[in-house]
Amino acid sequence: MKKVIVNVTLKSGVLDPQGKAIQESLNSLGYKEVQQARVGKSIELQVDEGPDLEERVKEMCDKLLANPVIEEYSFVVEEAVRS
Amino acid sequence: MKFAVIVFPGSNCDRDMYHAVKDVLKEEADLVWYQSANLEDYEAILLPGGFSYGDYLRSGAVAATSDIMQQIKAHVSKGKPVLGVCNGFQILLEAGLLPGAMQRNKNLAFMCHQEPLVVENNETLFTSLYEQGEIVRFPIAHGEGNYFCDEETLEKLKANKQIVFTYRNNPNGSVADIAGIRNEEGNVLGMMPHPERAVEALLGSADGVKLFQSVVKNWRESYVANT
Repeated sequence: MKKVIVNVTLKSGVLDPQGKAIQESLNSLGYKEVQQARVGKSIELQVDEGPDLEERVKEMCDKLLANPVIEEYSFVVEEAVRS
Repeated sequence: MKFAVIVFPGSNCDRDMYHAVKDVLKEEADLVWYQSANLEDYEAILLPGGFSYGDYLRSGAVAATSDIMQQIKAHVSKGKPVLGVCNGFQILLEAGLLPGAMQRNKNLAFMCHQEPLVVENNETLFTSLYEQGEIVRFPIAHGEGNYFCDEETLEKLKANKQIVFTYRNNPNGSVADIAGIRNEEGNVLGMMPHPERAVEALLGSADGVKLFQSVVKNWRESYVANT
């Protein structure tokens, strides 16, 4: 079993209204040094091991987990810790 | 003309859509549960608004992967009309039947009120009964209606006259004030505002009636006449 952590973020050219609200909120808390905030998603998958694991995760991202029009993604594969 | 209103878990404008077609237009309509659907006998497909699958992951993303999309794509490839409103528009975008994507409204608020729209293209099977440039009033009700596409896509939308409706006073930050677009072939329309909630004066506007009437009229004049 592997743990795959998929990180989905907005593409750099895409405006992020949620990030902007967070940045303004941090600024109003006194953290004036924050110039930008951008919000993404982290998705953890527990996946059975297989020879083409990375290729299949890439497919999952392209088909569902990320929307290529506005988002990009990266992922890391780790050993799953059994609970 | 026979309409299918597709019902996903979390759809909530399905009955409004049904009412518009059945009671106002006096055409045939069925509410069709997405899992048990056989769409072959239907002439038009309506994807209603709501929050399919609770908007999990991204609005419309999960519905866009459901099996029924294969039937909807087959229906589209036959040239039959599909109208997606609000969440239905989001599903069409996620399914790749229309270009672009939706983001949170610029002001991050869920907005629910009537908006004036401009009919940008009245040479479509959905808008032929409107005047070019006519102002129509439909309600909007969305938190993620901020339409986004890249420059290249926008140029294509303009060149192919795919922009069907724009907002007169852009409420949500959409690129080029876009409120509704069609596909290149012209038989798929997606729009955030709700024509099905503007079909009787009692509802504050009856401007949506002509949209549904256009579909029926064009279907009878072109598709039926040629087959």
